[in-house]
Amino acid sequence: MIKEDRKKQDLFWYVLVAILILIPFIPRVAANSFTQHVFILILLYASMSQAWNIIGGYCGQVSFGHSVFFGIGAYGAGMAIVKYGIVPWPGIVIGSLIATVVAVAISYPCFKLKGHYFAIATFAIVEIFNRLFMVWYWLNGALGLDYPMLKVGWKNFVWYKTKIPYYYGALILFVIIFGIVRFIERNRFGYYLKAVREDQETAEAVGINSAFIKLAAMALSAFLASFCGAFFVQYNFRVEPPMVMSLHVSMLFVLVTILGGVGTFFGPLLGAMILIPLQEYTRVYWGGLGSGVDLILFGFLIILIMVRQPKGIMGLINEFQNYRNRKRRRIISTEAEIN
Amino acid sequence: MLEVCEVSKKFGSLVANNKISFNVEEGSIVGLIGPNGAGKTTLFNCITGMYRPTSGRVSFQGIDITNLPPYKVARLGAVRTFQIVHSLKEMSVFDNVLIGAYLREKNTEKARELTEQCIEICYLKKLRDNRAGDLAIGLQKRLELARALATNPKLLMLDECMAGLTSTEVNESVNLIKSLRDKGITFLIVEHIMEAVMPIADKVVVLNGGVKIAEDSPEAVVQDNRVIEAYLGQKYGKKCQLNSKERGK
Amino acid sequence: MFFQIAIDGLLTGMVYALVASGLSLIWGVMDVLNFAHGEFLMLGMYVSYWLGFLMNLDPLISWIASGVFCFLLGVLTYKLIIQHTLSGPSLSALLATFGLSMMLKNIALNRFSPNFRILTGTLLDGKRIFLGNIVLPLPQLITSIFALVVVFIIYYIIKRTRLGWAIQATAMDKSAAELMGINTEKIFLLVFGLGGLCVGIAGGLLPSYLAVHPEVGGLFSLIAFVCVAMGGFGSIPGALLAALLIGLVEALSGFYIAPVFKYVAVFGLYLLIVMVRPKGLFGW
Repeated sequence: MIKEDRKKQDLFWYVLVAILILIPFIPRVAANSFTQHVFILILLYASMSQAWNIIGGYCGQVSFGHSVFFGIGAYGAGMAIVKYGIVPWPGIVIGSLIATVVAVAISYPCFKLKGHYFAIATFAIVEIFNRLFMVWYWLNGALGLDYPMLKVGWKNFVWYKTKIPYYYGALILFVIIFGIVRFIERNRFGYYLKAVREDQETAEAVGINSAFIKLAAMALSAFLASFCGAFFVQYNFRVEPPMVMSLHVSMLFVLVTILGGVGTFFGPLLGAMILIPLQEYTRVYWGGLGSGVDLILFGFLIILIMVRQPKGIMGLINEFQNYRNRKRRRIISTEAEIN
Repeated sequence: MLEVCEVSKKFGSLVANNKISFNVEEGSIVGLIGPNGAGKTTLFNCITGMYRPTSGRVSFQGIDITNLPPYKVARLGAVRTFQIVHSLKEMSVFDNVLIGAYLREKNTEKARELTEQCIEICYLKKLRDNRAGDLAIGLQKRLELARALATNPKLLMLDECMAGLTSTEVNESVNLIKSLRDKGITFLIVEHIMEAVMPIADKVVVLNGGVKIAEDSPEAVVQDNRVIEAYLGQKYGKKCQLNSKERGK
Repeated sequence: MFFQIAIDGLLTGMVYALVASGLSLIWGVMDVLNFAHGEFLMLGMYVSYWLGFLMNLDPLISWIASGVFCFLLGVLTYKLIIQHTLSGPSLSALLATFGLSMMLKNIALNRFSPNFRILTGTLLDGKRIFLGNIVLPLPQLITSIFALVVVFIIYYIIKRTRLGWAIQATAMDKSAAELMGINTEKIFLLVFGLGGLCVGIAGGLLPSYLAVHPEVGGLFSLIAFVCVAMGGFGSIPGALLAALLIGLVEALSGFYIAPVFKYVAVFGLYLLIVMVRPKGLFGW
């Protein structure tokens, strides 16, 4: 029986693997630049949400502060190009290191807080960073950083006429982050993360330093998140605090993951595959600023998911598989009775 | 191996443990018994670093562990289970045990092998892929034992690991503990089920109202008047006394 | 000058207290953080604004309508959303109400446009009281005193009435309360309604001096969260104290440091307090 259950799951796996194999060829099929834009965003948000998933999903510390790290990464690349006139790469590296240090410094005291207290503390941190960046003269404050015209190519990681290189850039980011998480999930660190999420006392009782595990997860998560921020600014040619560092942005990562299935490997990808097209196409369809229909739908979808299946799409898939299995079992058992 | 030296724990004005001292010799099974509220679990928490004792010292293999955090105590080889089960509910039985195995085996393949062994030893093989939260309470306690065992401990501290088991399962557990002792693991067991502890313990420490009232072999402890009064209750006590009188005649 | 600013801050703090006490009640009784709380306030303000604009009703009267409106909104939210999330993971209610806040905000944006609207020509408009050299604008003063009174009434209901005892019992132990014959389902419904009522009353009075726009709720939500967490789990006196403190800090830091830093100071203060007392000032 167990073997058959496995087979069922394998089928689902093959479908996902097929999707993963097809991903690199998408720009050849989708010639339309808007479609390419949607796919780039899917990869970016899947990557970002997966980075969040390390601490928020696997380790169970639901942080609403990740836009801070995303923003620091974005500003790292932005400052290198706009203020120093060099290639973005050193800025990206410095930005990611700063994001990691900030993450550890913030989280160390915040991990003492439990439940809603932790959530509210992370809200407060986002607001503080948002307002500081708004008035930070060195970073151009609320005006933000605007990219000048640059030479296109991988050196500057900037293209104007085509989106295909961005697609592959996002794909590289996606593969790296998903690869890292896959590796973690299969190894000691991943199991320790889950143990800390499920029950901290037990984890400590079998020799896990839970405080260290949480900090390490947060540091890694922030480090990866900052790269996504850097990609975002390279793609938009512009950064200002509300774009990258606000509660709304933080929530987006959380929601993508939750929609797909929190603490699961494919959750962030599934969530992004649904939310991003929804967001982008409704925005185009109902058009114009200020109408907000896309966000009304988005909000409604979130409510629906939370009310119906808080484990997200992965939860739905599991439910469906269980249903199929049960049905099959029933058929087999009735057959056995007949025989 | 484990030395508990004048350990006291106060919560405000409430004295949960008052200057308790005893030793656990290597390779022995020591039972820690006492009526509800005697301070057994508090003492356990003091030993394993969940609480900081108000005063006193705990040392394990000559190392002072009084103020060490729980995970460091566990890394030294003194591992505990919990009275109220703390399974990692969303994870499978196998993964639960694997968490323990990773303490000594960083390599995933080897840790998995070790896990399989521990599961088999603890009679959990059939339940290997079940979700831990779905197990009956008694079996979740067994799972805790398996997880603690997977850490390859020198001293296993079990907090009521047999409550809620059927009598067959109690027998399984008793046999298991005996065979593990023969492999060189030392045990400190808190238990309510007298039948389970008395036959296997080399020594029994009795607590009452936060104070140690007796420390002796199981046979001697059941004869001790103070213990009979405090813990065993009049009925069991009388029966014991009658038995000894009969024997005396 | 210092006193003038301090008093302005305290007046704002009293309004925060009313908004926060609704949130605190919900949090304390069912351990749910209502993210749409600020949006309830925003809708309450719109109700009062439109009543004033279209029917010339003064906010001094239309607060009743906003209160009732938000009470019903709360009841509806509980029935349609919260009730179904209570059995799930602890954060699903928070995320669901975040979805709700997004919906409400954008519906308001869609229907009422992002324009800032303010009621003019109300009874209290432009009136003020002088106390020595301190100026007390009447709309703020009346709103704040009103808010304070409502907070006290809510507190009284919880501490001194049978209904309040039932609420407290439900908050402490839901299943035990059920065994005692308390209909906890009804209590939850009522508590969510009361939470809405508090914020609705605040929303009804605010348009006499604060502009209404779809984004107005966001900041109030955050400040209310901070008040409640700073005050401690479900403690209304704690929330009141925290709200007054936040009002003060906001006003003083805004004046003496720089306006842009006022919320940095507020949130920074919260983080500091919560680091020292992880369960808030009055938490246990």
